[in-house]
Amino acid sequence: MLDIARRFRVDNISPLDITEEILQGIKQDPLNAYITVDETGARNAAKEAEEEIRQGSDNLLLGVPVAIKDNICTKGVSTTCASNILSNFVPTYDAHVVEKLKNSGVVIVGKTNMDEFAMGSTTTTSKIGPTKNPWDITKTPGGSSGGSAAAVAADLCAASLGSDTGGSIRQPASFCGITGLKPTYGSVSRFGLVAFASSLDQIGPMARSARDVAILYNAVKGYDPKDSTSVAMKYQPTSLDGLDMRGIRVGVPGAFFGEGLSTDVEKAVKDGISVFKELGAEIVDIDLAYIRYGVAVYYIVATAEASSNLARYDGVRYGLRGNNADDLIDMYIDTRSSGFNIEVKRRIMLGTYGLSAGYYDQYYRKASQVRTLIIQDFAKAFEVCDIIIGPTTPTPAFGLYEMIDDPLSLYLLDIYTIPANLTGLPALSIPCGFTKEGLPIGMQLMAPAFREDILLGAGISFQDHTRFHEKRPQWNMM
Amino acid sequence: MEYDVIIGLEVHAQLLTETKIFCSCSTIFGDKPNTNTCPVCIGMPGVLPVLNKKVVDFGIKLGLATNCHISKTNIFARKNYFYPDLPKGYQITQYENPLCEHGFLDINVDNTVKRIGITRIHMEEDAGKLIHDLKSHRSLIDFNRAGVPLLEIVSEPDIRSTAEAYSYLMELRQLLVYLEICDGNMEQGSFRCDANVSVRPKGSVSFGIRTELKNMNSFRHVQRALDYEINRHIGIIESGGNVLPETMLWDAVSNTTQPMRTKEESHDYRYFPEPDLIPVVVDDAWIEEIEKRLPELPRDKRARFVNVYGLPEYDAEVLTQSRSVADYFEQCVSLLNSPKEISNWIMTEVLRVLKEGSEDIKTLKVTPEMLVSMIRLINDGTISGKIAKDIFEEMATTGRSPELIVKEKGLVQITDEDILKDIVREIIENNPKEVDVYKKGKVQLLGFFVGQVMNATKGKANPRLTNKIIREMLKQ
Repeated sequence: MLDIARRFRVDNISPLDITEEILQGIKQDPLNAYITVDETGARNAAKEAEEEIRQGSDNLLLGVPVAIKDNICTKGVSTTCASNILSNFVPTYDAHVVEKLKNSGVVIVGKTNMDEFAMGSTTTTSKIGPTKNPWDITKTPGGSSGGSAAAVAADLCAASLGSDTGGSIRQPASFCGITGLKPTYGSVSRFGLVAFASSLDQIGPMARSARDVAILYNAVKGYDPKDSTSVAMKYQPTSLDGLDMRGIRVGVPGAFFGEGLSTDVEKAVKDGISVFKELGAEIVDIDLAYIRYGVAVYYIVATAEASSNLARYDGVRYGLRGNNADDLIDMYIDTRSSGFNIEVKRRIMLGTYGLSAGYYDQYYRKASQVRTLIIQDFAKAFEVCDIIIGPTTPTPAFGLYEMIDDPLSLYLLDIYTIPANLTGLPALSIPCGFTKEGLPIGMQLMAPAFREDILLGAGISFQDHTRFHEKRPQWNMM
Repeated sequence: MEYDVIIGLEVHAQLLTETKIFCSCSTIFGDKPNTNTCPVCIGMPGVLPVLNKKVVDFGIKLGLATNCHISKTNIFARKNYFYPDLPKGYQITQYENPLCEHGFLDINVDNTVKRIGITRIHMEEDAGKLIHDLKSHRSLIDFNRAGVPLLEIVSEPDIRSTAEAYSYLMELRQLLVYLEICDGNMEQGSFRCDANVSVRPKGSVSFGIRTELKNMNSFRHVQRALDYEINRHIGIIESGGNVLPETMLWDAVSNTTQPMRTKEESHDYRYFPEPDLIPVVVDDAWIEEIEKRLPELPRDKRARFVNVYGLPEYDAEVLTQSRSVADYFEQCVSLLNSPKEISNWIMTEVLRVLKEGSEDIKTLKVTPEMLVSMIRLINDGTISGKIAKDIFEEMATTGRSPELIVKEKGLVQITDEDILKDIVREIIENNPKEVDVYKKGKVQLLGFFVGQVMNATKGKANPRLTNKIIREMLKQ
């Protein structure tokens, strides 16, 4: 993103040229990163950006090609959540973040592929088929924001927006060798984000470098009265300078280095922590006792909210309507049976069960109570450290359909990313190495609420001293 | 056997806020279908609710007026069920921690005061309206009502008869209207009532099986439906059967209650806290602010009208039926300290005109000043009470002052004895037969002579004087 901004001004390249280049690239894309491409909108925005750059604007976002995950509403451009049930849905409104990006002059090139309704971590459950990992097209790019991650990694956009409910920005960022931020809950408006689990969902930026992520984060964050959970406070722009790591206490939770962690990932992350140590950080061991319940809590809370959030897709007002019906109940059944995929149905069933009379106390209420304990766990941990570092995922990218028949094992792989959503804390995934096979590995940084400045500052400092984020997949040759 | 009747009422009051509870659409009734809608109230993907704080204001108002405890932390909850008029597949309502709890409302039954407990009052959104087109076999939905704010007011099962239920509803509706938070219109659905009914043998302490009663669209329906349902329960019990715990719909055509299909009532609503809204914290300052602006409540006003103005209970009851009528009365009294006289005029003429026309007392052409001037004209003998009625009518249609009407139409009372004697003399001369009968002792004929005088004077003769003169002259 920063280099494109430089090329516009130093090399006199036009945003229109870059846009054409991107649109061409998308046309030949073997990864299936996009669901919808908005050629006209992109060209129009590029033209306007060109004019402003010519007039000398130093706005770094001007003319930069950005991709938006397909669960973020774009006025006049179809927003499907990769689902049959919304395949014909065109919003009449922009998400708050889209409005902000448009105002800042970016070129929105299109809508990226994802797991249907953001439920999944492989981008294989989309109605248009899977997105492939640009580092190895037999592997998953991760998910659910797999399209947004792959598009950045494969230079099919300069940066993108994803959404993260249990790791959906960080895990694909890690699998695709890019940087992704799950901001503090409430710092980015959810207005226009098609809800999966309202108390966990956050929109966040994805890009190659932490600096680019910071620029995009600065553009989308802020209070929005249309989202009641948006936090009303003064948001300072996050600095693009690195954070002086001297004296910074880096907490390393033992629980993040337990059973199931691949040796490649463990080594790369520990090496990454050493980089911070060399930069002057103090490493402290911390204890996060309750995070072992994180996955269980998450799949109760997230599915409960999802079962309610997805009730509106009933075929009555918009989207797919099942015609194979004689009465109202049949219409509901037909619409929802043919509109949702098996994973979405599984989660609606789970969530409905967890909220049912007689089970609520046992599941939803208990999960909410444990969630509070996890929040307290982190609050305590941040008394002795400024930042918590661990792996983003236990393994690097796996085969596209490797886990398709084993949803439970797949859920368990969310173990490191889920706590940030349950607690609302910000978390950043940055590239920190590669496996022997050349697949990228991500490292997760977590900070106290609204301390994205620490996360991004540390990420920038790390990337000023490493080159992992600069390496590009050779996917064009495959 | 004798039975105790146990009734609890659930009232849904549509609030008079300008905009809906979670979006800025208008709440106006009767607009073209689906014109007051937006992505939020029709449940489009990705949109979010934002609470209209006015709804909380209104809820606190009613809570204070019904002596409730106001909850400091209010969370909204989702009530999940599928129905085409429910855009999101859930209704945003309150479940645990309602805004108001543990209150009461005093009602009058047979001249005694009875206290009915208020279990809870909570805020929620209304659903849309389904319209079934029988000709085309289609159902259409109007979402104008979707998201209109409601207060649900749940009473304790303290009500023991249909009469008490009626009195409770009247009292509650009057309160809502006084507080200016609901227009109380049952026919338009802005004041809706469901009932829980059970009976038990007199003296029994445990409750009988209750049924829920819905679809009562007027006060009369509520009375009939309750009476019917109570008798149905007793009938079942006396014939040795068991009342089923089901939901009954009042059918106003057959005047019976019919069970709702079980498919529609067997809901598990799966309530859980609404994650799209943050808790609403009601602090003392907020409550005090509302309390300061609370108007005098109907019961207090009624008592004051009796104590301060010396009005009979009945007058106080009628005059305080509506806040604006009570205000009108007090404006009159402030101009002329003659409360009973003013009350009489309002209860008869003013309320009659209001009832006949669609007019509101605020737009009534007869202002308090005019009514008082008219009463003054009666009191100083300028006009008779009978003429005054005509003058009132004239004021109500033209809005002209009573003095002007009296002057223009020459309605000044005839109090000159000589003029009246001349008229009476003439009448005596023209009606020898009647005079004869009267003198033989049929004094009831006095009315006949008075009537003749009134005819001759177009009602302007002073009645008292006329009576006196006729009696005197017929003695001669």
